[in-house]
Amino acid sequence: MSRPTPAPATGAKPKLKTSAMIASIAGEGQRTKAAPFGNALVELGKSREDIVGLTADLAKYTDLHIFAKAYPDRFYQMGMAEQLLMGAASGLAHEGFTPFVTTYAVFASRRAYDFVHQTIAEENRNVKIVCALPGLTSGYGPSHQAAEDLALFRAMPNLMVIDPCDAHEIEQAVPAIAAHNGPVYMRLLRGNVPLVLDEYDYSFELGKAKLLRDGADVLVVSSGIMTMRALEVATMLERDKVDVAVLHVPTIKPLDTATILREAGRSGRLVVVAENHTVIGGLGEAVAGALLRAGVHPPFRQIGLPDEFLDAGALPTLHDRYGISANAMAASIKGWLG
Amino acid sequence: MTTTAIGHNTHLAERAYRIRRNALLMGEVQGQGYIGQALDIADVLAVSYFHAMRYRPAEPEWEGRDRFMLSNGHYAIALYAALIEAGIIPQEELETYGSDDSRLPMSGMASYTPGMEMSGGSLGLGLSLAVGRCLGLKRKGSDARVYTLFSDGELDEGSVWEAILSAAHWKLDNLIAIVDVNNQQADGPSTQVMAFEPLTDKLAAFGWFVQRVDGNDLDAVVAAFDAAKSCPDPKPRMIVCDTKMGKGVPFLEAREKNHFIRVDAHEWQLALDALDAGRTA
Repeated sequence: MSRPTPAPATGAKPKLKTSAMIASIAGEGQRTKAAPFGNALVELGKSREDIVGLTADLAKYTDLHIFAKAYPDRFYQMGMAEQLLMGAASGLAHEGFTPFVTTYAVFASRRAYDFVHQTIAEENRNVKIVCALPGLTSGYGPSHQAAEDLALFRAMPNLMVIDPCDAHEIEQAVPAIAAHNGPVYMRLLRGNVPLVLDEYDYSFELGKAKLLRDGADVLVVSSGIMTMRALEVATMLERDKVDVAVLHVPTIKPLDTATILREAGRSGRLVVVAENHTVIGGLGEAVAGALLRAGVHPPFRQIGLPDEFLDAGALPTLHDRYGISANAMAASIKGWLG
Repeated sequence: MTTTAIGHNTHLAERAYRIRRNALLMGEVQGQGYIGQALDIADVLAVSYFHAMRYRPAEPEWEGRDRFMLSNGHYAIALYAALIEAGIIPQEELETYGSDDSRLPMSGMASYTPGMEMSGGSLGLGLSLAVGRCLGLKRKGSDARVYTLFSDGELDEGSVWEAILSAAHWKLDNLIAIVDVNNQQADGPSTQVMAFEPLTDKLAAFGWFVQRVDGNDLDAVVAAFDAAKSCPDPKPRMIVCDTKMGKGVPFLEAREKNHFIRVDAHEWQLALDALDAGRTA
């Protein structure tokens, strides 16, 4: 399939460019916090000497370099070899250590899937896999866009799957997943990470979905950065007298079915599941399955990435194009409400 | 004699015979099994469990044990045979091999069997796991070693070379890897499926202390394990073992080579008889 030749840039609007790898997901003027994962792991490392860090040539790009600098003898550079990375982490866990393993989500999920499956999940080793560039958070095209990481890892027994929203949540999730004895996959936002949930009296709990705001017309069920977007959308739609509730579901597996059924079962609301992930096999289909199995049938819509190889380009452009920007999401919801 | 051994290694020949016998008995229970491989690797397992390794049969998880990691999970029948001989698994459990709810499944898995240190079967995993175990043991200041067995076919897997590179990088002198070169994998002779020679030169160039021996010559295998343990170099150690599929049962040695050697129902007893004949020869 060939792509159309682009028209030369005209007019006043500057053309957005693909950001460099190190770019932040934060919007302009948004409050942020630097490297919440790396700093939280350093803090935790003070009291947990069993914690070690491993990466496959991406320490600097996953904020693990901060841990490496603080504890050089507890850091293992495994080279650009993700299969080895997972196997070695399992071996270290078998010897009683708690490895935090970082790479990009595409490489952990697609390149090293069998190693995660066999050496970590099947053997039930205490390894924490923490991966940058989840979903559509890179403009480099499919090689770096992990549109299907949640679907792949949801399908793996024993593995807990976490999709945190912001810096506040990542800071709390790091000690929480370390306290859980078992394998975990967590999506990572790195660099200057948006700070949102500290304003919502929110605290992360493994396996718990939490209602961040209530609303009578729409219930958005979301995870990761889409919760941040949902909160923006809720504010935007206040102007249109649309009352939006936001249920944040950072633990994709095991799913907090009880809370989801309770909220989705309240009558009169459109349920919209929003995820930074393909619409296949992620939070949307997990929620849909839970609702169907329980006989709860609200009007139901999905916001997520389409089942296609996504374009390269600037993230704001792509998020608009694929319907996961706040503006696109607000437009979709208004359209569905009629 | 089933296998060559002189002097003090004669007791190992008896161990190797009993490992082969256990494997044949399990094969008979199931009516099938990777018996060609079990017979070829029995000598290496005898040297591992009755000469080289430190372990406590009654305490398979003993912290001070040497770890034996079976990457080629389909060799489980051979390792079970050795674990039975070592007293880690009761002899009578052999009857359950490959049956529902048995602790001895056809492909080795860590959670099923005492003494099984990893879930193999998806080939090419073992060396990466061994790298992690070695790093962990060094972190703990343990002097225990990691032995890992893998097959020549696994050399086709890229992950094996990732691990080979990293074991040298991390100077894992507590790692003793054994590759079984029986020159047989699923689709044919390993060297024809994917050429891997000259193997010792390659491994040496990757920074390993490498030895190549006849894996069915007990004296040579003992000498290689001793040299691997005593080598002062800060390098991981590889013992390339050339072995013969079906070793110890002449009619199986002569049978057309296959990844999964055919043994007819009436032949299991013949194989046991042939093994016994070799023992007393």
